[in-house]
Amino acid sequence: MTTEASQHPLELTNDFAPGESNFIKVDNFKFFYGKKEALHGINLEIPSRKVTAFIGPSGCGKSTLLRNFNRMNELIPGVHHEGDITIHGTSIYDPSVEIIALRRRIGMVFQKSNPFPMSIFENIVYPLRIAGQNTRSVLEETVERCLRSAALWDEVKDRLHDSALGLSGGQMQRLCIARAVASRPEILLMDEPCSALDPIATAKVEELIIELKKDFTIVIVTHNMQQASRVSELTAFFYLGNLVEFDNTRKIFTNPSMKQTEEYITGRFG
Amino acid sequence: MACLLASVLTITLLAFIVGEILFKAWPAISKFGLGFITGIQWSPNREVFGVLPVLIGTAASSFLALLLALPLGLAIALFLSEDFLPPAIRQIIRFVVELLAAIPSVVYGLWGIFVVIPLVQKYGALVAAKLGFIPFLAGPAYGNSLLTASLVLALMVLPTITAISRSSLVAVPYALREGSYALGATRWETILSVIIPTAAPGIVASGILAFGRAMGETMAVAMLIGNSQRLSWSLLSPSNTLSALLANQFAEADGIQVSALMYAAALLVLLTLGVNIAGEAVLRRTQKATAGLR
Ligand SMILES: Nc1ncnc2c1ncn2[C@@H]1O[C@H](COP(=O)(O)OP(=O)(O)OP(=O)(O)O)[C@@H](O)[C@H]1O
Ligand SMILES: [Mg+2]
Repeated sequence: MTTEASQHPLELTNDFAPGESNFIKVDNFKFFYGKKEALHGINLEIPSRKVTAFIGPSGCGKSTLLRNFNRMNELIPGVHHEGDITIHGTSIYDPSVEIIALRRRIGMVFQKSNPFPMSIFENIVYPLRIAGQNTRSVLEETVERCLRSAALWDEVKDRLHDSALGLSGGQMQRLCIARAVASRPEILLMDEPCSALDPIATAKVEELIIELKKDFTIVIVTHNMQQASRVSELTAFFYLGNLVEFDNTRKIFTNPSMKQTEEYITGRFG
Repeated sequence: MACLLASVLTITLLAFIVGEILFKAWPAISKFGLGFITGIQWSPNREVFGVLPVLIGTAASSFLALLLALPLGLAIALFLSEDFLPPAIRQIIRFVVELLAAIPSVVYGLWGIFVVIPLVQKYGALVAAKLGFIPFLAGPAYGNSLLTASLVLALMVLPTITAISRSSLVAVPYALREGSYALGATRWETILSVIIPTAAPGIVASGILAFGRAMGETMAVAMLIGNSQRLSWSLLSPSNTLSALLANQFAEADGIQVSALMYAAALLVLLTLGVNIAGEAVLRRTQKATAGLR
């Protein structure tokens, strides 16, 4: 599977330069749910191996844009898009791009953790198994690597074969992060990953995000301004389907250029 | 309050029925004891009563019906719960399957006599001629046989399997499907590795409940199974089930035979209750488990 994938235009592991400034490039991108235009021509360049936060009031299109990076929105009937999104120079809509391969290169963590009703072990190796990888040693290695990178190894190493549904909410979310990195993606998309977690579990996941950006390009949607300022280097502020401002997180939170941004981060609306 | 009253009433009624059966069966229970269950002879004239062949026939016909109906029922449930087909067509299929449950047993029996029996006779004879050395397929191919009864039973339990399997498939949270797609799984990988395993307890429950239904099914089976208490390996031979035995013999029975039939009825009640309780228990646990996923 690995060899097959490495011939793929989206296999980036070998030649991908850290700190590439336009790793993900959104080019005049519009997205429609039926007739409803949810994104109105977004232009955005997301650098590699950094954490980029998407903020903005509810319904402004943060999730819509995020879910286009791995083409998850195409599961919804009646949607279409205009414009383009490229990753490392290759359009994700290029006919040569297989959606399955694309999703394998991009991990996704959802708002509500969604472990499968199987063991902790089987949850993590799921993406490997569907790729036809069943070698015991490879699977075991992957489980340990992923659980370690999700800071969950010490808590669950003695019960890897217990059901994942027996974990706490925070542990389940970290398990989902571990699962999302199992196929060694370059990009990690997180849609409000902490909104269902208590402050302690949230702190753990935030620590994890900061740790993970060494290896991954992370895009996180959050409603929590403190969280955005704690974990991200760059912040994009969306409003009503438009990208209003995109800049260094510190700049956005201390000295935003746009009045709307300032009103939002100071809590005057949204 | 009304609910409590109703449940007390139901339980009392059940206890009353079981008590009455046991009371009527008592002479046979005390006379034949467990020998009734292990005996292979059933001849009322000599007052010898053994139901082992009938127990085997009950288990075999229900099991065979399940074996035939479960894959088909699961496939239908899958097509009803996924969107491979347009909603209108799914609605029609669902309606037709539900309609199967509304057909009276005796009509299935008649259909079996006029359609299934000739088919089993014709093709059974062909199979027996070629493969008769296999004990299960040994001839002669009687039309009234275990196979005939099982085929019709399979159709009769199909709605149970489809309805319960479908609702447990539908109950699988969308988040799991989404999670699987996001990890690069295809539609079928998601169905086979996530959706069906998540719904598996409900599917198992549907099978158990269908098995219970098949065991208790009376009229159609009595019309088709051939009512023979002789032990045979062949699916093409006549056989019998507890419920068919009761239906066929009760009218003309007297004396100890009535009591023996009541003993058989007590066994039938015990078995169907046990199977249904098991099925319901599995179903409850499933609903709790999927509730935890929401
Ligand atoms: N499946 C859908 N079908 C139709 N419209 C949708 C769908 N999903 C989202 N929308 C619409 O698209 C717009 C953007 O929604 P989106 O979910 O991207 O917002 P969001 O910024 O993530 O909001 P939130 O902070 O509440 O998660 C909204 O107006 C929403 O109603
Ligand atoms: Mg959202």
